[in-house]
Amino acid sequence: MLATALVMALLAIVLCSALGLASGRFRVKEISLAERIAAIDAILPQTQCGKCSYPGCKPYAQAIASGEADINQCPPGGKEGIRKLADLLGREVKPLSAEHGVEKPKALALIDEQVCIGCTLCIQACPVDAILGAAKQMHTVIADQCTGCELCVPPCPVDCISMVPLAETVDTWKCRYPVA
Amino acid sequence: MKGLFRFNGGVKPASNKDVSTQQPIASLPLPEVLVIPLHQNVGGTPRPLVAPGDHVLKGQRIGTADGNPSTAVHASTSGTVLAVAMRCMPHPSGLDALCIVLEPDGRDEWIEHHPFDYRTATLAQTRNYLRDAGIVGIGGESFPSHLDTLVINGAESEPFITCDDMLMRERAAQILRGTTIMRDVLAARRVLIGIEDNKPEAIAAMTDAANRLGDPAVTVVVIPTIYPSGSAELLIRVLTGIEVPHGKCQTDYGVLCFGVSTAYAIHEAIDLGQPLISRIVTVTGNVETARNIDVRIGTSMNHLVAQARPRPDSDRLIMGGPMTGLQMPNRDVPVVKATTAVLVGSPTLFPPPPPEMPCIRCGDCVTACPADLQPFELYRFAQAKLFAEAKDYHLFDCIECGGCAYVCPSHIPLVDYYRFAKSEIRTREHDKKCADEARERFEFRQFREEREKLERAAKLAARSAVGRDAATATGMPEPVLAQLDDAKRALITAALNRVASPRQAVVPDNTEGLTTAPRADG
Repeated sequence: MLATALVMALLAIVLCSALGLASGRFRVKEISLAERIAAIDAILPQTQCGKCSYPGCKPYAQAIASGEADINQCPPGGKEGIRKLADLLGREVKPLSAEHGVEKPKALALIDEQVCIGCTLCIQACPVDAILGAAKQMHTVIADQCTGCELCVPPCPVDCISMVPLAETVDTWKCRYPVA
Repeated sequence: MKGLFRFNGGVKPASNKDVSTQQPIASLPLPEVLVIPLHQNVGGTPRPLVAPGDHVLKGQRIGTADGNPSTAVHASTSGTVLAVAMRCMPHPSGLDALCIVLEPDGRDEWIEHHPFDYRTATLAQTRNYLRDAGIVGIGGESFPSHLDTLVINGAESEPFITCDDMLMRERAAQILRGTTIMRDVLAARRVLIGIEDNKPEAIAAMTDAANRLGDPAVTVVVIPTIYPSGSAELLIRVLTGIEVPHGKCQTDYGVLCFGVSTAYAIHEAIDLGQPLISRIVTVTGNVETARNIDVRIGTSMNHLVAQARPRPDSDRLIMGGPMTGLQMPNRDVPVVKATTAVLVGSPTLFPPPPPEMPCIRCGDCVTACPADLQPFELYRFAQAKLFAEAKDYHLFDCIECGGCAYVCPSHIPLVDYYRFAKSEIRTREHDKKCADEARERFEFRQFREEREKLERAAKLAARSAVGRDAATATGMPEPVLAQLDDAKRALITAALNRVASPRQAVVPDNTEGLTTAPRADG
């Protein structure tokens, strides 16, 4: 009787400690909020256009991570971006929300330098410092750094900024999917 | 002969080389117009140096290297620049790029040129000289100061193409001369010239020239004929046993490989001072007289092919060979520095491929792959657009030789799938890089705005603190300060009154002797 109780007690102690050790050792790591935001931010296109109704890609990533915003509010990211976000967060793929805009091919801002009066309003609007110029001097867009966010278009008092779709060149040409 | 190394796989397609080696290298009459693309190298596009209407001499630099790696572009003959404009490129996309359109004046007059003394020049000077002479294919920016093995590629394993073969037969001494220059410049311990054993005449000519040179470090090595041993990676592997992984420079492993035509161009640039303005091109396929022709860069392929008299059922031009060649968008595209051959196609010579069947995972492609990849897995990933997986299976180690598609019993155009996946991955990586840079700039802008706000606040605080301090330091009572302000205000009001005072009050000068009309105007 006593022996049985002792054996059972011993077994209970050994197994409990084994379980305890295992739960500590094989604990599923919680992804911290900062890591989750960084992962979401890495998928977003960094256009910084604010079309998602947040002032930039990072704030939108924070809003997604906190459950405040949905994953279908980024028009520059488009269908592909929504798919990647859905993969990351284990959610359903949704169509792009219409109130936030439509998916367009990437375009770059182009300043008509004959018309520009050098008011610097577009420079202040550009979220990525891609416009070069000074007061009463001609401004120009650094094409390599332009994200195509369109934020410089409305402030221009003389409407000299147009969005030009990115043309395909020999260097950027992509091989087509082979058709059988 | 010491032992050669082997690579796995490879195929043995019909070589079809004999047709174009029957006649010596011919020259071509000047075309009516030359279209010389500026971008013929890896790296940055050269900047044009001429404007429409300029007269240029043969060998004059018309495009200057912009950044490194980049190479200059030269006028192929003397004449007048008609335009600096966008023209169709010899590229499957059929897109335009900046070209210099030149109308020859028929005099073919050389610009003044001198040999380059590479013995007294530094390595960087020699490299810049070769860059400015428009030499492509010497490994871009990697130009080492010492080297173990210099590999000269005379293998030419692609079917139909014989331009290197004919160059070695006819101009072996000059190729050896260019090779010696490069060996001296790079301080290479040994030079291995690899030639496939299906070119006995070229081997004889090159061995003879090497014997006459009498340099024990230069060896002509005969290698077995297996496609694609003419690719630089595989030739290095066959001759030295070194495998250069994708993304690494050959020079990291002490080897450097370039072609016999590059060696020849180096000889012309250094010994004669002539930049690269022409090259040997094989014109073959569905033509009456297939042969090799010395063609000026910028000659239209149509003009070139006409010399070989294409048969009436010809329907397309392929730049390069049947395995790796690119179909040209039209017949008027120019010959560029990378054009080895122009292959005239017809429905009988290259019948349309049988319909694509499903992959049966037979593994024939794995046996054929010289890069030790698993082509059927890569195909599966590329077809499903699983690009990350394709990259994990070393898609970028694929040299696009076409061996897998050649043996595929299901007639799948495997290389097309790999090219699709590669360009898709490259675009995505480029986009990702741009996004990361945009994020950095956005964050820096935010940081700057925050900093400016703090600085403004600090300045404001400092200024008001100074004002208070001054007030207490001078011991002036508050009413005095108020009086000071009042005094200032009075000054301002007086000035305003002066400005606003009526004009009539001021007596105009020199108006006494005037008639009434101007006075009324005044």
